[in-house]
Amino acid sequence: MKAIEVEHLSKTFKVQKNRDGLKGALRDLFSRQYNEVAAVNDISFSIPAGEICGYIGENGAGKSTTIKMLTGILVPTSGKLNVGGYVPHEEREKFVRNIGVVFGQRSQLWWDIGVIESFGLLRKVYGVPEHDYKKRLDELVQRLDLGELLNRPVRKLSLGQRMRCELVAALLHNPSIVFLDEPTIGLDIIVKTEIREFLKDMNRDHGTTILLTTHDLQDIEALCSRVIMLDEGRIIYDGGLDTLKSRWGQGTRVTFQFGTACPLPRLQTLTSDLPVSWTAENDLHAEVLVPGELNVSDVLARVVGQTDIAITDIKITETTTDEIVRQIYRTGSAVNGSKGEGGLTSYA
Amino acid sequence: MLSAYTDFIRIRFLTMLAYRVNYYSGILIYMLNIGVYYFTWQAIYGGRGEIGGFTASQMTTYIAVSWMARAFYFNNLDREIANDIRDGSIAIQFIRPYNYLFVKMMQGFGEGLFRFSLFMIPGMLLALLLFPVRLPSDPIAWIGFLVMLFFSFLINSQLNILTGLMAFFVENNEGIMRMKRVIVDLFSGLVIPISLFPVWLGTIMQWLPFQAITYLPGSVFTGRTQGTGILDVFGIQVAWFVGLLIPIFLMWRAARKRLFVQGG
Repeated sequence: MKAIEVEHLSKTFKVQKNRDGLKGALRDLFSRQYNEVAAVNDISFSIPAGEICGYIGENGAGKSTTIKMLTGILVPTSGKLNVGGYVPHEEREKFVRNIGVVFGQRSQLWWDIGVIESFGLLRKVYGVPEHDYKKRLDELVQRLDLGELLNRPVRKLSLGQRMRCELVAALLHNPSIVFLDEPTIGLDIIVKTEIREFLKDMNRDHGTTILLTTHDLQDIEALCSRVIMLDEGRIIYDGGLDTLKSRWGQGTRVTFQFGTACPLPRLQTLTSDLPVSWTAENDLHAEVLVPGELNVSDVLARVVGQTDIAITDIKITETTTDEIVRQIYRTGSAVNGSKGEGGLTSYA
Repeated sequence: MLSAYTDFIRIRFLTMLAYRVNYYSGILIYMLNIGVYYFTWQAIYGGRGEIGGFTASQMTTYIAVSWMARAFYFNNLDREIANDIRDGSIAIQFIRPYNYLFVKMMQGFGEGLFRFSLFMIPGMLLALLLFPVRLPSDPIAWIGFLVMLFFSFLINSQLNILTGLMAFFVENNEGIMRMKRVIVDLFSGLVIPISLFPVWLGTIMQWLPFQAITYLPGSVFTGRTQGTGILDVFGIQVAWFVGLLIPIFLMWRAARKRLFVQGG
């Protein structure tokens, strides 16, 4: 069963053009000019029930706009949309009973009243029976360790405390699909980890479908089996995180520190028959890039045994998801990846 | 679900109660306003019997009751809605299974209840002490006035909602909101009773909703409208209340399509 189905979805915004100068301003008064900006441009994907999917992209790539269409906040310009059996913007009030939404940058709790009062109000808004509410609240409060926060007014909570309360607020009605728009933004590492653990458990225990946007790729690594990557309103990658890593990972980087000068040509001759590439800032420091299919030990064996090379330090680093994603953002395309030196080539 | 809406009334009432000290100064400002208009009109009358169908004593009562009615029906729903739209928190309102405008109306009513019991009533008692206000002796006038006062609140809130929703269509509706406030105060008959307007302007006013906010309930309270006349003016209010639902509905529908959440 598909929880979310999106076909050829687009959203364009009209943005007012401001002409320069006083004359331009006067002309703007009488005839406005607009630019059409495509925030989301013909995207299609579907997410099966029970999956945690990461939705990533640079600022302004169209992530939040997509989430806002999927949650019924925005009306799409064109395309088909089905979330949990509803067309979100058409049957908004019925549809939203079935979803939970957390916006990391906006609070959905009422600022002036206590946390527990906010929850009570949400219970009534969603029409959750008293008994179910108590059970669910106890479970969430215990899991997220909110005990003493409940009676405080929302404005007196720290960001981490507030975000945990936001999660509870979004989940009180036990939604089957949850949208999280940058849920870990601005949080410290402990709260981040806590929230990740919590989401993972929820997905496992309740089979909740989760769509998550984030700039923190550790969120993705900890939670998602699948990522959708967006750039300028288009999907540039949709698939497993592992595939992304193995296809665009640049392999392993080995950094050498030498006690005595060791020129680059010397190192290159040692590994001349291996498909590796060396770089060096100076004679005391060199780096070699070992592609994924080659064993690091093969390269090390060539260098380490030499009597004329005095190694003081060796550091082995795997290409991180961050680096891969940075590469993809920079080139603006993940469609044509080629392994090796360039890492990625763009046909755009 | 209904209990959620009544909760919005309750919570707004309690929140207002927490800030009640702010309203003590409000009472003084309203007394000052009543005083200024009272003495001005005293000077204008200067022993003359009737101006625009008002006797001097009716005018005093009209001024006092109009300002105290404003103490009740006034609210900032326009500003609240415009702020929600401008800072993008309107998005949160769309992920809840309720009608945003209805919730706003409930919050406005919560504020109204507070204003009625802790602002209007004490203010009116103070005005009775300070100025020669004549309360109506006819219970029908009292009942008519109180029912119409509620509709003053409804119509004024509807106009506020319309003004607030303008924020969807213009980048900054601050000017529109200020203009609306002045227009409501002037054209509702708060500053000058409508019967004193030039004939042509008075005729136009009869076809606008503003008179239903202050002038019509005021005329019932001062006894200038009596008997079945009360039903007539009340009918005008009800007609405006129903009529104003149409532009609100249309604007809300158009806004949904235009919605552009600020700040991503």
